[in-house]
Amino acid sequence: MKRKKTLALLLSAAISSLLLVGCSDSDEASSGSSNADTEIKFMHLWPEGSSKKHYDVVNDIIADYEAENEGVKIDLEVLSNEQYKDKLRVLSTSKELPDVGLTWAAGFLEPYVGGNMFAPLDDVIESELSDAFVPGTAEAYALDGTTYGLPLELNIVSIYYNEKMFKDNGIEVPETYEELLEASKAFRDEGIQPIALGNRDSWTGSMWYMYLADRIGGADTLNKAIDRSGSFEDPALIEAAAEVQNLVDSGAFVDGFNGLADEEAKSMFMSEQAPMYMIATWDLPNFTTNEDVPQEFRDSVKYMNFPTVDGQGDMNSFVGGPGVGLFVAEDSDVKEEAKDFSAYFVKEWGEKAVEEAGVIPATKVDAASMDLPQMYIDILEELNQASNITMFADVQLSPEVATVHLDAIQALFGNEMTPEEFAKAHEDALSK
Amino acid sequence: MGLNVMNKVMSNKLYIAFYIAPAFILLMVLIFIPLLLSGYYGLMDWDGIGEKTFIGLDNYIEGIQDKLFWNSALHSFLLALFSALSLIIYLAVSIILASKIKGADLLRKIYLIPMLLSSVAIAQLWVKVYNPSNGILNSFLRTIGVENPPSWLADPSLVLFAIFVPILWQYAGFYILIYYAALKNIPESLIEAARIDGATPFQIAMRIKLPLIKEIVSVTIVLAIVGSLKYFDLIYVMTAGGPNGASEVMASYMYKLAFSSYNFGYGSAIGFLLLIITLIVTLIIRKVTETKEKLEY
Repeated sequence: MKRKKTLALLLSAAISSLLLVGCSDSDEASSGSSNADTEIKFMHLWPEGSSKKHYDVVNDIIADYEAENEGVKIDLEVLSNEQYKDKLRVLSTSKELPDVGLTWAAGFLEPYVGGNMFAPLDDVIESELSDAFVPGTAEAYALDGTTYGLPLELNIVSIYYNEKMFKDNGIEVPETYEELLEASKAFRDEGIQPIALGNRDSWTGSMWYMYLADRIGGADTLNKAIDRSGSFEDPALIEAAAEVQNLVDSGAFVDGFNGLADEEAKSMFMSEQAPMYMIATWDLPNFTTNEDVPQEFRDSVKYMNFPTVDGQGDMNSFVGGPGVGLFVAEDSDVKEEAKDFSAYFVKEWGEKAVEEAGVIPATKVDAASMDLPQMYIDILEELNQASNITMFADVQLSPEVATVHLDAIQALFGNEMTPEEFAKAHEDALSK
Repeated sequence: MGLNVMNKVMSNKLYIAFYIAPAFILLMVLIFIPLLLSGYYGLMDWDGIGEKTFIGLDNYIEGIQDKLFWNSALHSFLLALFSALSLIIYLAVSIILASKIKGADLLRKIYLIPMLLSSVAIAQLWVKVYNPSNGILNSFLRTIGVENPPSWLADPSLVLFAIFVPILWQYAGFYILIYYAALKNIPESLIEAARIDGATPFQIAMRIKLPLIKEIVSVTIVLAIVGSLKYFDLIYVMTAGGPNGASEVMASYMYKLAFSSYNFGYGSAIGFLLLIITLIVTLIIRKVTETKEKLEY
């Protein structure tokens, strides 16, 4: 009797496993049957829940593309940022990357390009997108002269400030770096913490260092140090690092900034606890269109380009960089279609993204013809005037050196490292 | 009759294999094979995406000489030490709870609550508590007259201990629950007899209760120390090992190498070293706390 029961159990286990196999078989079959049409797998990182506007713009473009290209179906998969990065890595090891997906520039690309995972896209840029991008953006996706990504976003960093807080405390909005230091001291005297900085995410501190390096040493010094034609021990870069510590010592940044996340620093700025905050244009909606932020606050936020230091520097030189861009998988079965779709996507993206999702696009757009908040028009104008955009150091550096850079930034800001040690840490990491 | 059939079934090797298979396969696929694989990846120069290059024991040698790794190991061992020491407090609390005080049940539940929260929620909560400007801790310090309260998570000399507090808090309920259950298992008659013989409550706790739950205590020591050595989540969310490595532990260092520096080969080697260290420590503790006699009551 018992024996029969175990037999039955065995059998039912066997059957259910067969059923499972059967299920996956039929799945294969059904996707196989739709192969009469072309199917392009596309993976992006703007889930409906957290990035509704981006999500909608993408869906719009896909719907348009499918309508214009009969027989083509875009198979969409959406993940949130961190999950997206993880999944991309996992898929890449099993050579199952989506036909089209999103990538970041420079350092992020390197291992994928090294592993022959991404297709060169120079032909697409030449034939369909020549002169479409803001100078310097597509180049950020190039390795050894070959471009592997079509940039979608561009972010430049500015200092945002709360005009009302300046007025209420009778403090002048600074126009030079020296005035910025004075204004910070004046705020401190009023018992207000001057600059919101969340250096637990040390890419934020890195932006301050980069701007000081740019103003003190000119646009090329830092880039040269990174591409090894120069050195982090360049006197201008040492001076920039020393200036960072001067800012820290004068109490310009909020208390305990090394333990704060960027989100926490941002909330200090947004809740009018700190009058200044350096961030990139991805936060523009918070200062303009986002209805969840009080109108009064949005009205009082203005921005300034990073000022000249000791009279030196070009205020039209920016720190920033492209955000995400499109890649096409080298192993894709529908590579040509995938390239066609990504070119179409980039062309459609620019105006839609800025108008509907508040993204500063990497493609040139005609700001005048669009209905945009003033701050957007100003910043787009700023971009047209830009003499240089230095890409975020942690993006430009290889992942390994970027980790060293970010740790060293925390140490520099925390006065645990001298400017010379800071320079040496970079040199050691880069010479490995 | 039933027992007879049972024996017959269990003596058939095929059945034994069949019953063991599910757990065995799961353990192999999810634990042991990945373990061996990470040991193997540790022999490679690998960025996680491209080609692997075999480099022998270079990663392991580098790991053993890596100051940052030993620095993070030191932090992990400090956490282990504090976790082990805090067991004394938990034990004391459980003894008081188990001695039939009023409201013991309610208190026991209160102690257990942190255990029910997810680590990320706890981390977010304590990040707010520690916020240098708006946090409840510093606001309190300011109202009692401390002028410049420290920035808990930004100060390299404080951050580690600031993080230990929520970690210990998080597991308090768990250990109290275990001790409480063990103490409740002690037959009332033993305690009664001791009391009649004139033993004080303190003597009862030290001479009767403690020896009787010795085995449980030894298990919790292993749990606390091993758990601390591989601890990751709160630290990762609260500081990500910063500022500049001041709160880095072995697991967060491994994560940073593999997923921020994209140095999967070296990260795997560090992971494997972490495993070896944990194994050695576990063996030592088991050896030290070994009890020969079997307790029965």
